[in-house]
Amino acid sequence: MSLRDSYWKANLRLMVFCLVIWFVVSFLFGILLVDYLNTFRLGGYKLGFWFAQQGSIYTFVVLIFFYSWRMNKLDRKYGVNEE
Amino acid sequence: MMDLDLKTLTYIVVFSTFAMYFAIAWWARASTTSEFYVAGKGIHPILNGMATGADWMSAASFISMAGLIAFLGYGGSVFLMGWTGGYVLLAMLLAPYLRKYGKYTVPEFIGDRYYSKLARIVAVACLIIASLTYIIGQMKGVGVAFSRFLEVEFALGLGIGMFVVWVYAVLGGMKGITYTQIAQYCVLIFAYTVPAVFISLQLTGEPIPQVGLGSKMIGTDMYLLDKLDLIVTDLGFKEYTTAKLGSTLNMFAYTLSLMIGTAGLPHVIMRFFTVSSVKAARSSAGWALVFIALLYTVAPAVGAMARLNLINTIQPAAGENLSYEQRPDWFKNWEKTGLLKFEDKNGDGKIQYVADKDTNEMVKVDRDIMVLANPEIAKLPNWVIALVAAGGLAAALSTAAGLLLAISSSISHDLMKGILTPKISEKTELLSSRIVMTIAILVAGYLGLNPPGFAAGTVALAFGLAASSIFPALMMGIFSKKITATAAIAGMIAGIGVTLLYVFQHHGIMFIKGTEFLGSFDRNWFLGIDPKAFGAVGALVNFGVAFLIQAITSKQPPQHIQDMVDDIRVPRGSS
Repeated sequence: MSLRDSYWKANLRLMVFCLVIWFVVSFLFGILLVDYLNTFRLGGYKLGFWFAQQGSIYTFVVLIFFYSWRMNKLDRKYGVNEE
Repeated sequence: MMDLDLKTLTYIVVFSTFAMYFAIAWWARASTTSEFYVAGKGIHPILNGMATGADWMSAASFISMAGLIAFLGYGGSVFLMGWTGGYVLLAMLLAPYLRKYGKYTVPEFIGDRYYSKLARIVAVACLIIASLTYIIGQMKGVGVAFSRFLEVEFALGLGIGMFVVWVYAVLGGMKGITYTQIAQYCVLIFAYTVPAVFISLQLTGEPIPQVGLGSKMIGTDMYLLDKLDLIVTDLGFKEYTTAKLGSTLNMFAYTLSLMIGTAGLPHVIMRFFTVSSVKAARSSAGWALVFIALLYTVAPAVGAMARLNLINTIQPAAGENLSYEQRPDWFKNWEKTGLLKFEDKNGDGKIQYVADKDTNEMVKVDRDIMVLANPEIAKLPNWVIALVAAGGLAAALSTAAGLLLAISSSISHDLMKGILTPKISEKTELLSSRIVMTIAILVAGYLGLNPPGFAAGTVALAFGLAASSIFPALMMGIFSKKITATAAIAGMIAGIGVTLLYVFQHHGIMFIKGTEFLGSFDRNWFLGIDPKAFGAVGALVNFGVAFLIQAITSKQPPQHIQDMVDDIRVPRGSS
């Protein structure tokens, strides 16, 4: 397998990992499991409601920067970074 | 400070922002096609993030979203998650690769990747329909803001708005638009958060609205959201924090459609062509979401607090209703616009606001009032109200400019330079983009003034189209080397076709009343999914059809296309 193929595989693994979290905080916590999570509280927020209207958005922001940081490392590791 | 009346103050604030936009446009005017289409690819990722925020957040985000949430409660979460989660998809699936590819427009990528002029033309058609439907909403927003705050005729307001956009978009191209959008972002976020901070302080004593929404009501031991749940259920409405929007599946599909649609909107994707590198494109998507999240996490607080304030005004204590004679000034002002309507059904001279349709006397409470009248309801000073007017205009104008550029570049660069008249010089292409943009503004203005039947469903249609056509075509083009021109074109047409069929079947062909078909079917018959949420299904159909055709024909794209895909997957060598 060429170096570029390994780079692409590593990228896909990282991407899938991030997309799983993306799915969990919004679709799972914010929609599918919302009633169960609403039995817990975060201050005045019901937890499921908080994920749907606040928590998922904060997680999205962190996710993009995390992905971006890890990709920059991968770029350098496989020597495909921009000069 | 001088005691200026509200109208004068609003004129001063709004026209100083316009003067600022003109000054920026003159300073950042474009002189080459590269500057006109992609701002010379020299925009810093943080600044591009800010510009993307303004480009993305339209009159709908600024004026309507908090009101939607106020009345939908938890169900409104689909907009919050859907319109932010799309940036995760954009950052990981599209932006870095399209930036690496390094050309000017979205249809250009589709045409090159699928080595097909037909694919490029289909993409241009999808782009123009999606962008034009979207822009009508912005033009209407401009007209409404002018007529309410500056008390000018709707048509005149629209004309002023068109002129302002024309000056800076035609002069500056992407370069001018970028720097104007940065200024517009600052205006709109300031205008949105200042009233929210004041209201949060009034209700909870917390200056940060996101914290205030999860805090106790000032001077009591009760959480704001619990209080809201209690009073809305007392009036017969659904509980605020748990009211769903249709079924769970509908909320799922709705959120997914908005996310995919967001990632597939050409005027948003284009913004990532303006940064200097692949690395910058990745981080810029993160910055864009930071700036968007600032508004999107405040919006639920604005919505909930506005609902609470509205009910408290009408019914200061349980069973104690406001008499119509004593209604506050903002109530009278909004009655004049027809957005607020009272009908004394039981003839007691008092206002009853309840869920039950037969006894409810607030026969109309337009959701847009929630943001526009919020400062008045909360008795905030006049300069805050003037600021909200300038913010709403900034949101509408910045989005309109981005959409106009997407339309004009797809015509001048893709259709003319790319297909019809490839021999034109750079200078001619630049001039023709400016002429096309002028025509696009006139068309958009005309449609804003005489909205066609489908205007009500426009934004939903734009998202459905982008989700079911452009997003899958781009994603497959990057992540699969095997998808051929035939497969991609069939996928796009099938995806868009299915989505349009479902929408038109519910709302009539081109939204013309009386042409709804399949009348024997229940509403939302397909698994209870709302037509507005159908883009996700359309996208699935697009992917499915493309892979099916690919498997049946078992052809592969030519080697140089497969090499091109290999090349866009690595950052090295970007220009």
